Amino acid sequence: MKPKIAAQSGTFESSDVIVLIEPLPENSGRKIEISSSVMHQFGASFNRIVVEMLDQYELTDIHLIAKDKGALEPTIKARLETAIKRSLDLQEGTLK
Amino acid sequence: MKNFRNRRTMLYIPGNNPAMIQQGGVYGADSILLDLEDAVALNQKDAARALVRNMIKVTNFYDAEVCVRVNHLSTPFGLADLEEIVPLQPSAIRYPKTESPEEVADLLAIIEKIEDRHGLPHNRMTLHAMIETAMGVQNVFNIASKFSRVDAITIGGQDLTADMNIIYTSDGAGIDFARKRIVMAAKASHIDVIDTVFPDVNDEEGLRKETEYAKKIGFTGKAVINPRQIDIIHEVYTPTEEEIRKAYRIVKEFRANSAAGIGVFAIEGKMIDAPIVARAEYLLRLAKITVS
Amino acid sequence: MLNSLGREIPEYIEGIGKLEPYQGALTKLRKGWMDEPTIPAPNKAYLPHQSKLCKTLEEAIIRSNPHNGMTVSFHHHLRNGDILLVQTLTILHNMGIREITLASSSLNECHDPILPYLKDGTVTRIFSSGIRSQLGQAIAMGVLDTPVVIHSHGGRVRSIHTGKIQIDLAVIPASAADCEGNATGSHGKSAFGSIGYAVIDARYAKQVIVVTDNLVDFPCIPLSISQNFIDHVVLVDSIGDASKIATGTTRITNSPMDLRIAKLAADVIEHSGFFVPGFAFQVGAGGASLAVAKFIREKMKTKGLKGSFMLGGITSYCVDMLNEGLFETIFDVQSFDAVVSNSLLNNRRHIEIPAALYANPFNCGCITNKIDVVVLGALEIDVDFNVNVITGSEGKIRGASGGHSDTASGAKLTVVVCPSFRGRIPIIKKRVHTIVTPGETVHVLVTERGICVNPAFKELEENLRRAGLNIKEIHDLEIEVDQITGIPAPLEYTDKIVGIVEYRDGTIIDVIRQLKE
Repeated sequence: MKPKIAAQSGTFESSDVIVLIEPLPENSGRKIEISSSVMHQFGASFNRIVVEMLDQYELTDIHLIAKDKGALEPTIKARLETAIKRSLDLQEGTLK
Repeated sequence: MKNFRNRRTMLYIPGNNPAMIQQGGVYGADSILLDLEDAVALNQKDAARALVRNMIKVTNFYDAEVCVRVNHLSTPFGLADLEEIVPLQPSAIRYPKTESPEEVADLLAIIEKIEDRHGLPHNRMTLHAMIETAMGVQNVFNIASKFSRVDAITIGGQDLTADMNIIYTSDGAGIDFARKRIVMAAKASHIDVIDTVFPDVNDEEGLRKETEYAKKIGFTGKAVINPRQIDIIHEVYTPTEEEIRKAYRIVKEFRANSAAGIGVFAIEGKMIDAPIVARAEYLLRLAKITVS
Repeated sequence: MLNSLGREIPEYIEGIGKLEPYQGALTKLRKGWMDEPTIPAPNKAYLPHQSKLCKTLEEAIIRSNPHNGMTVSFHHHLRNGDILLVQTLTILHNMGIREITLASSSLNECHDPILPYLKDGTVTRIFSSGIRSQLGQAIAMGVLDTPVVIHSHGGRVRSIHTGKIQIDLAVIPASAADCEGNATGSHGKSAFGSIGYAVIDARYAKQVIVVTDNLVDFPCIPLSISQNFIDHVVLVDSIGDASKIATGTTRITNSPMDLRIAKLAADVIEHSGFFVPGFAFQVGAGGASLAVAKFIREKMKTKGLKGSFMLGGITSYCVDMLNEGLFETIFDVQSFDAVVSNSLLNNRRHIEIPAALYANPFNCGCITNKIDVVVLGALEIDVDFNVNVITGSEGKIRGASGGHSDTASGAKLTVVVCPSFRGRIPIIKKRVHTIVTPGETVHVLVTERGICVNPAFKELEENLRRAGLNIKEIHDLEIEVDQITGIPAPLEYTDKIVGIVEYRDGTIIDVIRQLKE
């Protein structure tokens, strides 16, 4: 799929992560920037989750920035899902 | 008879706050209430829904009952909430601003349709109806009594006073009639009834007084907005040692007497009949004591 | 060689000497005396009416025979408001003095400005009970060639007695002092309360400078530090940032999590068998630990139970409990807020004590030996109940040994309170990164997700189970928490040792290795 708009989700609060997504021109590939308060301990697993989610939505040309303050896995996945759906303009049941 | 649960405290947790959700189960509240409604900004409804869904799946809330407050079906969010939450089958859905039995019937029809789609039974998850408007208060008995899935009703004090166009005062004068009417509707329907939140988290004495009042007029428990309020409410609702001893004796003698075919009996010159026994059994369940 | 907790300890370290491995919390004390000889304290002579006053700190330092390789000591009663440690080292640096051993009773964030002096060889060795912030990070990364030595408050006194720390110059900030160097922290605009950690420095240092921003008429009362040990006295404009030294009262936390843990800890204490009339009690000053005092206070009032003494780092909360008659006495080695200074000055049941009386294991009985119940924090705890309070989850040095192991070894009931995870990092480990306090001196761990009793204390566990508390096996809780957070990838270290952790008896309980970049 192709993201339509820049979108974000999450907060800067502790145990949360803020995710920003920007569409990139075709064939630009993925540009992923993750920073985390627990980078040493969970950076690799965070990266794996991001790649899995982008694969799931078949997003290839995308710039994703995540700033994590120790979010647990279900939170990371929820924030990624929300940002992705927003960038695809697929979100439901919310004001924009 | 319904499964018995203690519902002394229901802890509100904002649905878009991961830190609070992941710790929700550690404070000892009888119920956890994950809120998709008033605690979530209108442009974050999608984010909260995804978060609550993911968290419910994996979070250990220990002994607490897990409920989700969805948005009203008249908003653009209510249906999406149900689609996401009903398949997870939390203990209960809490429905805001319930005004009429027709509304409940419509809601249940939608819930059951979703349950059918997922091959889920219609009798597992229950419904808590929130009474937060003057119309709701007027219709409360029909809301409470007509549906087997409605196993608790609650009063929302702030919204109710707004609807009545009066100011919410700490003495609760404006909602006193509503409180008692709602309690009576619940008692007549044999379901739980939960009091509104006490908004000032720093006023421990005020909370204790209001809880004592709520207990006195018949509320099963009270909603809380801060974990710090839980222990105080539990203290108020915990029976004293003397009450427990007395209840234990009543239940024990009742069982011995019924085994011997005696229906009505007396302890210390006081007649013990069915309602007194029922009350004693309730106290012992609260204290988690079984009669051997 | 391995110590009795299975930690690899080198036999010798250049710049430190031979190391003795830890062999158990009380093993060395059972002998009844300390094997190492005690070095003599210096004896000096002053002429009648000779003046000790110097115009500036620099002048006092020049008169103190500064030289390469000297050891300079400080106390940390000014906490994060201290400015004199940085000033002193800057003066020494500007004089071209090198290879200084820094022996401060603790180091805080306010000492970050000395980092360049670690890099340029001005400071080459450090003894301290705690190191934090940029210094802790730089040391963990290997900025010093010689490992730092982390000691406890009691252990520091022992190290000075044995000459492991030989102080050439002690700089002692005081909030009030007279021209002879009689000094105290209990009054003045920069009052900080007890000056207990500095007493041993005054006794043993070859040169002692008292620095004050409040020179009072002779004599300065009380004689917390007395003139017979003081060489020089300096009046300065300010000894530190008063707003960071001690303010008002210490508030109990509002954090629901800390309060929850504190409530559970108070329940543990109540049902432990040690919550009896005349019990002696110590709590820390922070978060959940101090909040335990709130619940214990309520329980004491409800039961009409009175305790004997409170000890340690003292907050206004302890003072309130003293004034309410809940405890008979306070022994105060370190004070945390302004109210405490007033009480220390005016209440004769609020007693200022030196570090030696507080916690030195090698004397005829320190007061930590008389504690019944102590509540302590932790950065990490492992399934053997060993506690780390010095290195953080990211491998940096960011804490303090302080009185942790001293009080744990003395108390009948040591309660460790901490959340089960912080910022996604689980606190319960198979093996803590650095052992400061050995598990044999820790009785109970209280977290928001359950209470774990050290299996060595069966009767305690029975008492707590009987009271209906939520007791979990520590291995089970470890797994439960790992499932919530995920299992963190281990940090990577080099073989280089950047710190050694002394147990209070002088043996080595653990070492800290260099963090890989």
